[in-house]
Amino acid sequence: MASLENNVTTGSLNPRRITLSGLWYALRRWPVFPVGILAIVVIAAIGAPWIAPHNPERGVIRDRLLPPFWASETIANKLVVERVEMEDRGRLITLTDALELDPSASLGGSVDVVILPGGSTKYLLGTDQVGRDMLSRLIYGARISLIVGLVTLAVGGSVGVALGLIAGWYGGWVDELIMRLVDVLLSLPVVLVALVFVVALGQSFAIIVAVLALWIWTRFARQVRSEVLQLKTRDYVALARVSGASTPRILLIHIFPGTINTLIVVATLQVGIVILLESVLSFLGAGVPPPTPAWGSMVSDGRDKLAEFWWISTLPGIAILLTVMSLNLLGDWLRDKLDPRLRQLE
Amino acid sequence: MGDPRVLLLDDYSTKDDWDRLGRELGLDKPYYEQYGIFVKEALKGEFGESIQQGRPAMHIILERLPATIQLGVAAFVLSLIVGVPLGILSAVKRGSLLDQFSRVIALIGQSAPPFWLGIMLMFFFAVQLDWLPPFGREGPKSVILPAITLGWFYAAANLRLIRSAMLDVLDSEYIKLARAKGVSSRSIIMKHAFRNALIPPLTFAGVTLGALVTGSLVTETVFAWPGLGKLAVDSLFGLDYPLLQGVVIIFTLMYVGASFLVDVLYAYIDPRIRYN
Repeated sequence: MASLENNVTTGSLNPRRITLSGLWYALRRWPVFPVGILAIVVIAAIGAPWIAPHNPERGVIRDRLLPPFWASETIANKLVVERVEMEDRGRLITLTDALELDPSASLGGSVDVVILPGGSTKYLLGTDQVGRDMLSRLIYGARISLIVGLVTLAVGGSVGVALGLIAGWYGGWVDELIMRLVDVLLSLPVVLVALVFVVALGQSFAIIVAVLALWIWTRFARQVRSEVLQLKTRDYVALARVSGASTPRILLIHIFPGTINTLIVVATLQVGIVILLESVLSFLGAGVPPPTPAWGSMVSDGRDKLAEFWWISTLPGIAILLTVMSLNLLGDWLRDKLDPRLRQLE
Repeated sequence: MGDPRVLLLDDYSTKDDWDRLGRELGLDKPYYEQYGIFVKEALKGEFGESIQQGRPAMHIILERLPATIQLGVAAFVLSLIVGVPLGILSAVKRGSLLDQFSRVIALIGQSAPPFWLGIMLMFFFAVQLDWLPPFGREGPKSVILPAITLGWFYAAANLRLIRSAMLDVLDSEYIKLARAKGVSSRSIIMKHAFRNALIPPLTFAGVTLGALVTGSLVTETVFAWPGLGKLAVDSLFGLDYPLLQGVVIIFTLMYVGASFLVDVLYAYIDPRIRYN
């Protein structure tokens, strides 16, 4: 059916003109926004060493806490007095200091003081508290998020698919055992378990991936199992069995391909969840060890300086939000296209 | 790795200090024996003394419990009063502006990292506008920001579940029959459709109550909320195992309790389950 529809060419009489409404239609119909964002993230992750303008791990202390390029200088009007106590430095200034800024300053008057320089194109998105370039750190941070997401998915996904196939095919006590294991794992508070592992075994990439994979496989196993339960009653499977195909052959050649559509949808949605979980762990200080930039730990770095230096926490958070949001949007779109039955399952 | 003595002793401590502290904490015994002692005491509701604070772990946990329950309940209620009406309305008025708005709310709730959401809320409503306290637990207003942070994700999930369940139900034969009979559309939505659309979100509510525990780790850390989530993180990084074990067991009990509550509610909402 689908191939027939695709072969029908539409609007072939008139050469297509790009119109605003046509553009809007395409934007609504195809996942342009999510795919665009994800493409940027993937390119950033792969090409980080060539794209990043500065070293993400080494800062220039002289350039610390610079705002993004669009920000203008922050100026405060300070009252000129004779002596200034430490706690009044926000609104008072000594005459000696004031004269350096403005020769006409006098006691009792006031001067404008630049308390935060404006942004510059040297650091497009500003710098953090030790003078590291935010943009470069964000670009390298995409690496961590993406690698953790993909490796976890590869490990967890293959384990989940294998166990799901086995559970669905054999049924009985095997099914019972695997599915109860799934229930147990799903009821564990995953962040807490991950934290316990990290504290007990040390902070490393491998441990984070292992813990997240240990949790994520359950989603795949459940979904694949329910697909197998349906597929194994099909005639072509019975036929394969009659003609002497071995069980592994039936599972891999005849049943597994039938689950691929579902898997693509589940995988897309689960990568988003893994990226979110990784960011939570690195926010709590249990992620990939510093100074490697991870989005979650960058948010944490700027937490207590938010009122003055908003960009340090805000920007990496936006990066996570956009990435996960794109994966969710793409997942929803793929579900509608590939497997509308999944709609009810959420 | 992970030995609490690493944090308790300083550089001037000797091998003797290390061994003595090991004996006091019972770390000199073999693992299986340590575990046996733990199980025996845990069954009596004793998790031993907190290594960091030197007080019974159970006391500390009971002190912190009300804060976590308050936050959890607030977030849960919030997720319902936002998610359910928006879910119903966006299904009934499909494609409307309200539906679009709900989609955005749901998308942000499901995609935003909770710690960042908390920090942003804190920045706007506490620092910039100065409407609400930025952190701590003082007065009823202080629960608002943590509850939004914790509850948004579940509000989003409820919204999506209710919306798709409502769309399914509204499309069914018996609703068409009710319409044909001339039942008012208000009565169709509230009496016929909504009750049936409640079942998937209710299943989810069981998971939610449990997952609120996980969420509380992050939210309580961001807002310095003195509950069990923050206690878990603190005891974990302080290698305070008796305290951590106690917290984990209490979390588990809360999860089991929540699941049980949902099963009971199930039977109440769906009579078919009761009669089987």
